[in-house]
Amino acid sequence: MILTNIESVTGKQIIEHYGLVQGSTIRAKNVGRDIMASLKNIVGGELTGYTELLVEARQQAIDRMVAQAEECGANAVVNVRFSTSSVAQGAAEILCYGTAVKVR
Amino acid sequence: MEEYIFLLQVGLAVGLLALGFVAGKIAENRHYRSIREREQRWLHVPAVTWKTLDEDRPVVYATLAIGAVVVSVDHFKRFLMFFRKIFGGEVHSYSSLIDRGRREALLRMKESCPSADLFLNCRLETSTISNGQGKSTGTVEVLAYGTAIKLSR
Repeated sequence: MILTNIESVTGKQIIEHYGLVQGSTIRAKNVGRDIMASLKNIVGGELTGYTELLVEARQQAIDRMVAQAEECGANAVVNVRFSTSSVAQGAAEILCYGTAVKVR
Repeated sequence: MEEYIFLLQVGLAVGLLALGFVAGKIAENRHYRSIREREQRWLHVPAVTWKTLDEDRPVVYATLAIGAVVVSVDHFKRFLMFFRKIFGGEVHSYSSLIDRGRREALLRMKESCPSADLFLNCRLETSTISNGQGKSTGTVEVLAYGTAIKLSR
């Protein structure tokens, strides 16, 4: 599966469009990481626990989008976008969407 | 007895501020040094914001590259922000936070795809992390993503 965030796959030709595919996940942060983060907050800098959490969540959103694209019979997703929104206290939704296509 | 407790509380607050100031400064300088050094190393791999490729050489692959980082300000800067909010104006102490985050995210994007020759359509997205009561804690997540292109030799 090829993913790009431009309108085409450079070096290949799009032969078929399958429309929008998307994947999303809603994640809550856990207390353990919260405590570590609040300690790290005194010194500032990178909060590794949160970085990992968001990277994991984003990967899951991508995986779900890819699964949906595979169902359509696509072999690439172009124009991939990410968006984050908070749905509840201490929880965030990570959304990933793009256009499923077949390239040659 | 009560005076001792009061003194202890003040001492703890000042101690945390001092710790935030000193450790935060050291950590920031170290981070900036690492950023500058890595930026030099990745200078030959441009990350551009346009979408078209202006090259005659054939493309080996095109793939999505992502880099993300969560950074936070130190306790001392959060304290400064309290006074800044009274008088208004530019918040210099927070601009280094965003700057560090953006540069780090962009570097991570490049490092996630070390064999690429350039990155097309790079986008930066920033979101605040709140503590749940709608209050921001001076913590931001920066996401950098683009399409990594590998050209044949």
